[in-house]
Amino acid sequence: MIYRIKDENGTTVVAFEGEVDLESSPEARRILLDCLGRTSSLLVDLSAVTYIDSSGIASLVESFQNARKAGRHFALVAVSGSVLSVLRLSRLDKVFTIYDTLEDGLARAG
Amino acid sequence: MDGREQKPEKVIEVRDLVAHYGERKILDGVSMDVYGGEIMVIIGGSGSGKSTLLRHLVALEQGTSGTVKILGRDPAALDAKEALALRKKIGVAFQGGALFSSMTVGENMMLPLYEHTVLDRTTMEIMVRLKLEVVGLAGFEDLMPAELSGGMVKRAAFARAVIMDPKILFCDEPSAGLDPVIAAALDDLLLRMREAMGMTIIVVTHELESAFRIADRITVLDQGRILLTGTTEELRETKSERIQNLLQRRTQEEIVDPEEYLERLMGERLGERALL
Repeated sequence: MIYRIKDENGTTVVAFEGEVDLESSPEARRILLDCLGRTSSLLVDLSAVTYIDSSGIASLVESFQNARKAGRHFALVAVSGSVLSVLRLSRLDKVFTIYDTLEDGLARAG
Repeated sequence: MDGREQKPEKVIEVRDLVAHYGERKILDGVSMDVYGGEIMVIIGGSGSGKSTLLRHLVALEQGTSGTVKILGRDPAALDAKEALALRKKIGVAFQGGALFSSMTVGENMMLPLYEHTVLDRTTMEIMVRLKLEVVGLAGFEDLMPAELSGGMVKRAAFARAVIMDPKILFCDEPSAGLDPVIAAALDDLLLRMREAMGMTIIVVTHELESAFRIADRITVLDQGRILLTGTTEELRETKSERIQNLLQRRTQEEIVDPEEYLERLMGERLGERALL
């Protein structure tokens, strides 16, 4: 897994790429929680994630709940098909705020 | 599927597997392949050797002769570190659940995570709850196995088997003893897990309805030998009387060898002599 972090007019965008699995999800979790400590609006770009397991999903869940409690904006954007089917398996597609594209997410975050 | 680049790879390869319990031959030259992302169902009557085959596939037992390869590796030939790495990629839902009775459902599920990962405890707890949600046992993590019904134990065992999102999932009689609605829900869950996670799933069952609902291919085992491996269509259309008897739940007309039968009754067969 690799990742990129950028700032788009006050919104932090974290883009993960590759496989988010048992090996890499601790790092994904750390990045997400770190970013949440420094921003009021976080978008997680999952367009280039080829595989995510339940440890990766758990990291997203924890980050989302932390953001809600802290009153911060948190959304998933451009969710790849492989990630979406895993979210659907546990019905989390109905829980997360999901935008089809990064542009949509940035427009709503603004 | 999960979107990874996938071509049909052999994830399980069995060649000429022979296994005995004492003098009794249970598996008699079994050869089969299971491909990545498929659901292979092994069916057969009681005593056909299907559960024994499963125990060999998950490397709980080793055959008298023949080979079993999982993800290209022979489990018997691996050192401890390699065996552990392979074990992390495999989940097994045992027929009886095999949950530790002194631990809660959640603790049972968390055990493999503690053993094989360095995940944060919060992550582990969310994973446990996620899997319990998926199997319809949300909120049951603090109960003891003894407080669950038979169907719930099976679902909890299933949830534990998939806690690490294994590449290969083995299920021994997943729907046996469940009411039809719960059994169908479990079948549906297997299909969804395969769809979402791209798992390869091997199911041993005598529940034909379930087998035909979930299988990409079915292997029919009879007296330790494979009668046929094929799609559900191929199975339905086969002219084999033994298979049709099995599918129609007709009892087999036993072929009696008088000499062998008498020797058996008199305890003169090799295996029986050893008992005396």
